[in-house]
Amino acid sequence: MAEVLLKVKDLVKQFDGSTVLDGISFDVRRGEVIVVVGSSGCGKSTLLRCINALEPIQGGSVELGGEPVVHGSKNLAKMRQQIGMVFQSYDLFPHMNVIDNILLAPLKVQKRNKSEVRAEAMELLKRVGLEDRAESYPRQLSGGQKQRVAIVRALCMHPVLLLFDEVTAALDPEMVREVLDVMLDLAGQGRTMIIVTHEMQFARAIADRVLFIDNGKIVEDTDPDTFFENPKSDRAKQFLNIFNFERSK
Amino acid sequence: MNWDFILKYLPLYETAALLTVKIGLIGIALSIAVGFLCAAVLYFKVPVLRQIVIVYIEVSRNTPLLIQLFFIYYALPKVGIGMSAQLCGIIGLAFLGGSYMAEAFRSGLEAVEPIQAESALSLGMQRSQALRYVVLPQAVSISVPAFVANIIFLLKETSVFSAISLMDLMFTAKDLIGQYYKTTESLFLLVVFYLIILLPVSILGSYVERRLRYAGFGS
Repeated sequence: MAEVLLKVKDLVKQFDGSTVLDGISFDVRRGEVIVVVGSSGCGKSTLLRCINALEPIQGGSVELGGEPVVHGSKNLAKMRQQIGMVFQSYDLFPHMNVIDNILLAPLKVQKRNKSEVRAEAMELLKRVGLEDRAESYPRQLSGGQKQRVAIVRALCMHPVLLLFDEVTAALDPEMVREVLDVMLDLAGQGRTMIIVTHEMQFARAIADRVLFIDNGKIVEDTDPDTFFENPKSDRAKQFLNIFNFERSK
Repeated sequence: MNWDFILKYLPLYETAALLTVKIGLIGIALSIAVGFLCAAVLYFKVPVLRQIVIVYIEVSRNTPLLIQLFFIYYALPKVGIGMSAQLCGIIGLAFLGGSYMAEAFRSGLEAVEPIQAESALSLGMQRSQALRYVVLPQAVSISVPAFVANIIFLLKETSVFSAISLMDLMFTAKDLIGQYYKTTESLFLLVVFYLIILLPVSILGSYVERRLRYAGFGS
């Protein structure tokens, strides 16, 4: 088995006294694809935000490659360079075109060579089918195209871990597919990813492991077949039933 | 309309207009600096300074410039702070303009979605880099309409400077009316000169606004 890349231990997150994450512990090994599911408001997105310390935590720890990721710490920016994140809403920078969006962090943060990063960015844009949109501004792109650019932007920093926070939740159905295909492609390349999603079929297809979170706790941590066919907890059964429909006539 | 009168006193208005523009430009430049600092204090919620800035903004925005000028020109010398009328004009304008500029910049900063800064941070940027490359450019462009409106507003406000005997456009017009009773001509010149100063600012402002809109905002 590959080595442990990310170690989340006893993570506690509170907002104004109410506990959103209540002692979350799990490891992610290099090359693993973890899908996090659960009902709205169960803390899935908060978990991702805590992993790259966008939120301060009230207890526990997050370690990436053996080094702690701590909100407000000096080397946080350095740690975050290794963690790529794609958000639900379109987080492209609206005042920059596609290629500048992608190049900004590699050039300003990593001080890499421009022509080299540019070549890499164009290669990745080609891979997601957007090589002809390099000069477009975000407002000229569809939702699905924006998300594909956001993924490329994250990849260009050479992260060792990718976080996807309901990246298709705001998209029209036809556009969901094009974004999910990109993610399936990344999984095929052996990238380490944590994905929060409501697309259950996709979750089953891409996951090595499924984490089911309820009330701020991990209720199930298992392989996708077991989770979708034989969930242990009642709460997971209830949750999965939401996606099943009986014929009405 | 007596055109000979107008031609004769045109140079007086030119001198006065230069004074208005000079005080206006320096005052506005200072307003921008003050506004920027205040907006930064509010945005970063700097303790203590934040309360001071809030009090300043409320005092500045809720008192007329005329009163502020009187205070600086007539009241401050009584406590030992005497200044030339020009300096009073500049400081008065900066005191008034600073708060308007602060509000314009602050609303611009607050209008940028938090997700923008978060995306920048999650790409490994430092807070200062996120501010410089991602938040500020968007905030500035959102602020532009209010910013331009403030500049025009402040230039128009300079017309009260005559009250502390600065020989600006308004002073010149009042002076000529007092001396020669050529009310129509004097006021006509006054209007023309204010338009000469303000129209280019207004036109340039709309041009900049259009350019920024075109540059990819409103995704």
